[in-house]
Amino acid sequence: MVTAQTLIDAKGFVRTINRLAHEIIERNKGADTLGIVGIRTRGDLLAHRIAQKIALMEGISVPIGSLDITLYRDDLRGRLNQPLLRTTDILFDIQGKDIIVVDDVLFTGRTVRSALNALMDLGRPASIQLAVLVDRGHRELPIKADFIGKNIPTSPEQEVRVRMTEIDGEDAVHLAEKGDA
Amino acid sequence: MGLSSRHLLGLQGTPREDIQLILDTAVSFKEIINRPIKKVPTLQGKTIVNLFFENSTRTRTSFELAERRLSADVLNFAASTSSVSKGETLKDTARNIEAMKIDMVVVRHGAAGSAHFLSRIIDANVINGGDGQHEHPTQGLLDMYTLREKFGRLEGLHVCIVGDILHSRVARSNIYGLKTMGARVSVCGPATLMPRGIERMGVEVYHHLDDVLPTVDALNVLRIQMEREAGGYFPSLREFHRYFGVTKERLDRAGRPITILHPGPINRDVELSADVADGPQSLILEQVQNGVAVRMAVLYLLGTQS
Repeated sequence: MVTAQTLIDAKGFVRTINRLAHEIIERNKGADTLGIVGIRTRGDLLAHRIAQKIALMEGISVPIGSLDITLYRDDLRGRLNQPLLRTTDILFDIQGKDIIVVDDVLFTGRTVRSALNALMDLGRPASIQLAVLVDRGHRELPIKADFIGKNIPTSPEQEVRVRMTEIDGEDAVHLAEKGDA
Repeated sequence: MGLSSRHLLGLQGTPREDIQLILDTAVSFKEIINRPIKKVPTLQGKTIVNLFFENSTRTRTSFELAERRLSADVLNFAASTSSVSKGETLKDTARNIEAMKIDMVVVRHGAAGSAHFLSRIIDANVINGGDGQHEHPTQGLLDMYTLREKFGRLEGLHVCIVGDILHSRVARSNIYGLKTMGARVSVCGPATLMPRGIERMGVEVYHHLDDVLPTVDALNVLRIQMEREAGGYFPSLREFHRYFGVTKERLDRAGRPITILHPGPINRDVELSADVADGPQSLILEQVQNGVAVRMAVLYLLGTQS
């Protein structure tokens, strides 16, 4: 058995989120038009962290929402386990806003595709930008992130595990061989 | 994670976890039906047949809306306009529909057990939309959803079902489901409309509304079919109203708010007085809205099983 390799530790995690927040503000020339939407579950937590950082820097509280993409998945049938359906909570109007979609790991791009469709059903944002903590490659759709915490070259057999204090008890990103505990 | 069965035939024997999952899932769908765009692509490419051998506008419309909001293709099959009126049997009808490669069937039929029968002879998922005087599981689920939303729990809640228990599939589904979820269930109605041995379902039996009102949290008031009067089950609608009609005056005497449910359509001033039906304790229109969400949840959970 190979032990999991730590790619980002707790300190690195904070720095990465800070940098993402800075880049988002720089690109959008402030935070006035922003809305941040996290993809459940960890993208949602990351969205809150980024929004906190932006609030500190700009003194604006950016509206945050969380998106459940289950109903838009393209692999609902044929999965062994039916994923648990959770609610989408976007309590602000996304119409005309610059929406930052946040997810933990960008892999095949299928989750992001689902998220785009789900968002379009809620309104017509001025733009949608994608922020991810880790880009691990192996895209199956023409999708790329606008803001990337860390590029990690992986093989498809490996597993990128993002852990966050709120649910996992630590902030870290690990790389493990599939099947490892 | 998923339902333990491929069909929803009744709430009798449906495990607590399944009911819990359906009710939890319906919360997500209620959010969707309050969006500007009320449609998700989840059941794209699935074909669902609504096979209605009995007249029903409400249940069929609710199912159809739920199906369309999940992007399924919908076929409506009403007995009055179909080959059934030409003498085709249920089995032949089912076989014919199956040959058209459909994925799910919602069936309403006057004979108890028809949904079970269908589930044994065809491959599609079967949802019971009401079979005779047996069960109407989605109505039971939407009533439970409405109560859970209002009270935050079902466990320990005292719900009384009022009226014609004898002929009511809604009553049976509610009793099975509520008992499974740990609620206290009672029934109240004239002795002629009370099934013999109903106590064995674990419910308390009352014959006077005033006896049950002091302890009850919610009343589920059933529709009185007008033809029961002619059937000799009670002397007159007026008398029924006097003894079992839920009126504002009667509820006021209880001294505390009692929530009112009714599966519809209401006979105003027979089983339910108009001021109660339109009053602040009535969740009747809420039930209609929740019905779509609960049916979406059932269709989603059955339609995406692997």
